Amino acid sequence: MQPEQQQKQQKQGIDVTVLVSIGRHPITGRARRAEQDARGLELALAMEAELPGSRINVLHAGSQDVDSEVALRSYLGMATGVGMGLESMTLLEQPDGSDAILPLVEHLAATSPQLVITGARAERGEGSGLLPYALAEHLGWPLVNSLASIEKVENGVVTLLQALPRGQRRRLKVRLPAIISVDEAAPAARQSAFGPARRATFSVSPTASDADSELAQWHLSPARKRPKRLKIIKSASARDRFKAAASKAEGKGGQVLTDVTPEQGAEAIYKLLKEEDVLR
Amino acid sequence: MLDTLLPILIFTALALAVIGAVRRIRLWRQGRPSRVNLLQGLMALPRRYLVDLHHVVGRDKMISNTHVATAGGFVAAAVLMTLVHGLGIAKPLLGGLLLLASTSMFVGSLFVARRRLNPPARLSKGPWMRLPKSLMAFSVGVFLITLPTVGLLPEGLLEGGSSWLLALVLAGVVAWGLGEMFFGMTWGGPMKHAFAGALHLAFHRRAERFSTKKGGTGRSTGLKALNLEDEAAPLGVEKPADFTWNQLLGFDACVQCGRCEAVCPAFAAGQPLNPKKLIQDMVVGFAGGSDAGYTGSPYPGKPVGEHQGAPNTPIVAPVVMKEGKALVDAETLWSCTTCRACVEECPMMIEHVDAIVDMRRHLTLERGKTPNKGAEVLDNLIATDNPGGFDPGSRLNWAADLNLPLMADLKQVDVLLWLGDGAFDMRNQRTLRALVKVLRAAEVDFAALGAEERDSGDVARRLGDEATFQTLAKRNIATLDQYRFLQIVTCDPHSFHVLGNEYGELGGHYQVRHHSTFIAELYEAGRLTFAPWKGGSVTYHDPCYLGRYNGEYEAPRRVLKALGIQVAEMERSGFRSRCCGGGGGAPITDIPGERRIPDMRMNDVQQSGAELVAVGCPQCTAMLEGVVDASAEVRDIAELVADALVERPADDVSGVSRRTVAATTAEEVAL
Repeated sequence: MQPEQQQKQQKQGIDVTVLVSIGRHPITGRARRAEQDARGLELALAMEAELPGSRINVLHAGSQDVDSEVALRSYLGMATGVGMGLESMTLLEQPDGSDAILPLVEHLAATSPQLVITGARAERGEGSGLLPYALAEHLGWPLVNSLASIEKVENGVVTLLQALPRGQRRRLKVRLPAIISVDEAAPAARQSAFGPARRATFSVSPTASDADSELAQWHLSPARKRPKRLKIIKSASARDRFKAAASKAEGKGGQVLTDVTPEQGAEAIYKLLKEEDVLR
Repeated sequence: MLDTLLPILIFTALALAVIGAVRRIRLWRQGRPSRVNLLQGLMALPRRYLVDLHHVVGRDKMISNTHVATAGGFVAAAVLMTLVHGLGIAKPLLGGLLLLASTSMFVGSLFVARRRLNPPARLSKGPWMRLPKSLMAFSVGVFLITLPTVGLLPEGLLEGGSSWLLALVLAGVVAWGLGEMFFGMTWGGPMKHAFAGALHLAFHRRAERFSTKKGGTGRSTGLKALNLEDEAAPLGVEKPADFTWNQLLGFDACVQCGRCEAVCPAFAAGQPLNPKKLIQDMVVGFAGGSDAGYTGSPYPGKPVGEHQGAPNTPIVAPVVMKEGKALVDAETLWSCTTCRACVEECPMMIEHVDAIVDMRRHLTLERGKTPNKGAEVLDNLIATDNPGGFDPGSRLNWAADLNLPLMADLKQVDVLLWLGDGAFDMRNQRTLRALVKVLRAAEVDFAALGAEERDSGDVARRLGDEATFQTLAKRNIATLDQYRFLQIVTCDPHSFHVLGNEYGELGGHYQVRHHSTFIAELYEAGRLTFAPWKGGSVTYHDPCYLGRYNGEYEAPRRVLKALGIQVAEMERSGFRSRCCGGGGGAPITDIPGERRIPDMRMNDVQQSGAELVAVGCPQCTAMLEGVVDASAEVRDIAELVADALVERPADDVSGVSRRTVAATTAEEVAL
């Protein structure tokens, strides 16, 4: 490709929608920008700096009240220059406890962004981490989880760096449109500034909402810290300890399944869960 | 010939001076409006100059006398010269006075010249080096042309055909003097300080910092609040024109004496800050141009001539640019510890710290660019009401065994004990426990807010986050409004300053005391008895926020004296105390330098020969205790007092009742 053409391609930019939720501070429980969603927005802003002409649309589905507005505005406070596309946020208004998936799907289908970025798991509410998968299923778009960085966008194909355990990275090429979810592996979000946050506006569109009937039946209680399985490292030297901490887990009694049918895979997972006493 | 030439020269110089003045005033007027009573300011000018300014200048007697002779001589000579030579009122009396004035000015200028022979590094060079010569030219020229007027020389001496050369030379000397003194004063020469300085004194943004005839304290150290209700008002200072006009005028008053540079802890540590250069950069900013003309010490590590600015371009470059820079680099602004040593030393009463915080406000509130741990600390303050991100409910964990009385239970006490964020710090918890022991020993009726207390907002405000400061302040004020107490006592000078001096603007008016002041009062009322001091020699480190910010230098020394300690003073103590490096969020923004500020302070301690340094501030304790291989132990005054406490003799208790000290509003409540 000629350099000029490349530049032209670069200038085009893409439409990115970042899904943001209202976070919850782990100690005080105050509403804040959710850690992972903020990292998602950071990823989008970094991409916009690399790829001028990209448009970032920030999207939230939920109710609008005083507390949540401060939290939502703190996403918009991440705009550090005029024209960063964070002057406003689209708010799909729905009462608390409604299912956010359908309004989001409808909005995304209607606006058809090329890239949707979302945090992996919400900090309040159900927090099941299923939303990215549900969106991907409804829209029929590919989903990449645990993203570390967006490397480049070319001809409708995005090159991504996915984070794997122990600091490993995997490079993926994904055809747009796609959904990517972000967890702690992505770069930390920039500071939110008061001025841009205060000036930002909301474009509110009320949505027909179904109360999440299943959620209403659930009994919710604060999560307990789960005990961690101790890893016993018998090592004589610092080198051994470093290796144990940094290297990939040695496959002990595990098996690698390749080219198996979904049924066989599910069978294997089911067997493992039984062995580990997760399922009884 | 001179008779015709002199009036022309004088009135040309005066006319040019007036044109320059108008131009200069228009430069200042680029700033934002600020309400100042112009007439009252001008009326107060003589007192502000003769009393307040000379109080600062007089710390160096040599310069003070030099200035009196030179400036006094010049002002008198300028007026008389205009009368005698300009308007031709050649009365012998006026001429005699004029000779006297120019002689005084000449003697003064000899001393100015002597100081310039081998000038200290803090002085600016360049045009300032020619100033003594110009002063001499003016005084000698005026003296000589006045001699014929009073008849000491024959009138015709300069009239004869042969002496036209002499007259021309004399006219040239006078013209040089007039050029520097009249023309240079308003066109940006060294004499600008006289013109801008006088107006700056008259229209100062903090009129309340000057003494009054009635004996006002003349202290004004609280930062000015931003109006966050008005969404159109700029959040801090982005470009030079965002300063108020009298701030710009203040920058222009700088005489480049470098006293600020000599006392600045960040400059001494090799961090990229020099208060004098910063003020000169602001002048470059509102006048437009580059800093290449600056002739003093640069910011450490930053060569002069690479920065430029204009009234309406950003002071700090918005994005990191590889080539070309704006007026000031952000790290310069973040190096400041807000210790106010520069403001204390400035003979022109310039407010450096206000300007720095104004610019920080823009960086934090508009750009979200608080360096290093700044963003994390501000997020913690928003989410947990303390900078460390600790559980607010754990604020009283250190006092689990003390059965500390709480305001929520008592509602009404004599003394509200403000804990400060030191409550989360294990070192400061020892101080707090000591303070509680002292209060109990003196049977003080006190209580703490406990978990209801929040950070005072000091760090947020110095980091430029005015929004978080005001939120914290308003919530603290709302909490304090629920209770009745006579005074607040705290062992944290930062909380002391903010509660006492900065909450007022937001509607919270309290009588706040530092624990050293309160302990001194308790001792003087006979409510504390101390065992004699058995330790080694002790020095005392004045916290900036207690001393320079609040003028409390004596009470801690009175307490130490009561303990039987003779303080071995450090060279820099009292109002010249060197900062520990812990103020203004400096440990959070952590701008690298060549040395660490607390290390330098610990060297001061070592030089005093003390084995123990008494402090009165959790920040100072943390910073000084962080010094590796320190020669002295660091103890808070409260700890020293608590260790020295002895039971009062029984007869003393009946003699001095606690009721005599503080009138109680509440009956004693059983705990």
